[in-house]
Amino acid sequence: MSTFLGLPTAPHAGHLRGDGLFPAAAADAVKDSQLRRNIGHATATIRAKRARVVDEVPDWQQLREAGRAIKAETMAHLDRYLVQFEEAFTARGGVVHWARDADEANRIVTSLVQATGATEVVKVKSMATQEIGLNEALEAAGITPYETDLAELIVQLGNDRPSHILVPAIHKNRSEIADIFRREMPDVPGDLTDEPARLADAARLHLRRTFLTARVAISGANFGVAETGTLSVVESEGNGRMCLTLPETLITVMGIEKLVPTWRDLEVFLQLLPRSSTGERMNPYTSTWTGVTPGDGPQDVHLVLLDNGRTAALADEVGRSALHCIRCSACLNVCPVYERTGGHAYGSVYPGPIGAILSPLLTGLHDEPENASLPYASTLCGACYDVCPVMIDIPTILVHLRNRKVETSKADHKVPTPEAVAMAAMSYVWSDNRRWALAERLSRLGRVLGRRGKISRLPFPGSRWTRSRDAPVPPVESFREWWAKR
Amino acid sequence: MRIALFATCLVDSLFPDVGKATVTLLERLGHQVEFPEAQTCCGQMHVNTGYQPEALPLVRRYVETFEPYEAIVAPSGSCVGSVRHQHAMVARKYADEALAVRAEAVAAKTYELSELLVDVLGVEDVGATYPHRVTYHPTCHSLRMIRVGDKPLRLLRQVRGIDLVELPDADVCCGFGGTFAVKNSDVSTAMLADKMTNVLSTGAEICTAGDSSCLMHIGGGLARLSTGVRTVHLAEVLASTAGPAT
Repeated sequence: MSTFLGLPTAPHAGHLRGDGLFPAAAADAVKDSQLRRNIGHATATIRAKRARVVDEVPDWQQLREAGRAIKAETMAHLDRYLVQFEEAFTARGGVVHWARDADEANRIVTSLVQATGATEVVKVKSMATQEIGLNEALEAAGITPYETDLAELIVQLGNDRPSHILVPAIHKNRSEIADIFRREMPDVPGDLTDEPARLADAARLHLRRTFLTARVAISGANFGVAETGTLSVVESEGNGRMCLTLPETLITVMGIEKLVPTWRDLEVFLQLLPRSSTGERMNPYTSTWTGVTPGDGPQDVHLVLLDNGRTAALADEVGRSALHCIRCSACLNVCPVYERTGGHAYGSVYPGPIGAILSPLLTGLHDEPENASLPYASTLCGACYDVCPVMIDIPTILVHLRNRKVETSKADHKVPTPEAVAMAAMSYVWSDNRRWALAERLSRLGRVLGRRGKISRLPFPGSRWTRSRDAPVPPVESFREWWAKR
Repeated sequence: MRIALFATCLVDSLFPDVGKATVTLLERLGHQVEFPEAQTCCGQMHVNTGYQPEALPLVRRYVETFEPYEAIVAPSGSCVGSVRHQHAMVARKYADEALAVRAEAVAAKTYELSELLVDVLGVEDVGATYPHRVTYHPTCHSLRMIRVGDKPLRLLRQVRGIDLVELPDADVCCGFGGTFAVKNSDVSTAMLADKMTNVLSTGAEICTAGDSSCLMHIGGGLARLSTGVRTVHLAEVLASTAGPAT
């Protein structure tokens, strides 16, 4: 049974949609050979690393199933787990704020920072804050946010947008990164080269003063444990640990779907996540905190629980498992489409296969032509489903969202689109074998287009095929005609 | 065994030789093949483009046409994937539970060619001779939707005279994706270019696969570039018994 709960989708704020349709943005991206080389090289490296460390786990499939089952249980009782989490977090001295969308979340965070009197904040890498466009909101209020994750820093200094969930600057190579540092970093060493160690040193110098003086930190969260009210951040550089421990005030923005029921459940995800994301056996820096610990770490601890279309996604029975996503980005790294277009072509901060389902689920498909083009940004090859650590059946959800898109379009347009007319006509033809046999005979007229056994030029929309591929010439006799004569 | 052939709309209309080869092969192995004339299309294009209500009459037609047979074979991993993973879903959503249950029963006895040969008929050496240098592209839906595994390769390895060469990055999509090839023509072409580079690197004369749709895509690209490499369906390779084949 399908239930319409009338839930609000993510409004036009933040970065969940781009300025154009995927096919046009992708066509531009494909032409950028430097971009294709950078992304092709980087994804091939991570792909191979992931495959090695996943293959060595004998019970990987059972782990995936456990991850899926825990998330499905969480989503089925999210109302209960959220309240349980809030009670536990509050009992340990934290403050919970509920935000229905990006604007509300940005207002809450901005006013919390303003209440401390601080004019700068340090940030842990966070997709949720990228999603809501928090940095822009803070800047508009006169507060300077400092991204402290190396790749997020590169993106921020370059006035750029992340193009990958885990490796936000994946579209840049090291010489491009050195150029950005030389241009944008106020305290850049004069003799900076593009050696990775020198680049990391420059970033470390640049960030050190900020770490030691910042009074407010902003983070996302990988997991929230409902049972204990614990938050967790999983990162590789240690910058997150500095942000989470040094400042007086810590504000975390977390999507409501990030909960797991019990502390023990983390065992499953802390095995699945590092192997799927960075291709490491164990994650380097895993921080957990439960409210306030007197005399140790931040004494003023806040959590903003973000909906921004998540409840609407939850109401979609087929699509809701997209909320199981733990943001590992394994699906991006194996996707042959992502590998050739990069992340910016998807418009949303969530690119690749997971973005192609998550972004339209969060914003809805009504009056959202950009995100409505995303479910079609896939050949349905299924590589994403095979690597997903929580078994999100992305191809099935893509097909489901295409159906939602078409049904939305039919409801919105009194005059059917040319595609809808063609599809209805083909349905009529294939509903009867005599009609189909007639159509086959008529298609033989296409033989006049044939030259040397192939067709090199078809009229639109066939021209989109023949611009790079020959088409077959219809045969003189269909299979069914051959069979009938047999 | 009495086997119903689901030729698929693409083979019926554009690649009849693939259907003929399937018949030749199965008859040579001593089986009786029937072609139920009421068949048309599995409806995959409609479902995958978002037109599920339009696919319903095609699902119903498939179920009614093939219900009486004990085994159905299609020379396409993709169409079998649609029958198995989409038919009952469409029936359940737009018709009724009864049709969905019937669709599941028919899907359970619908096989892709290599599955029928290896799993049902228990044969790997089909008595074929094909003296050519061949590379095999596994096709995404055969590999990841219906999981035929290495069955096509086990069949190909038994073919006399064949020089079977491994395709680099074989499991990566060729970029076809049905309407994707026209909706996202640029990305599709970029993917095809890499697939063709890999095919050409093997030095094969023939690229084979279990799906005419993927072969139409790869073959269309190879022909456009006048590479001289041809695409031949798995059924045609397995049906071949002598010298210079199709």
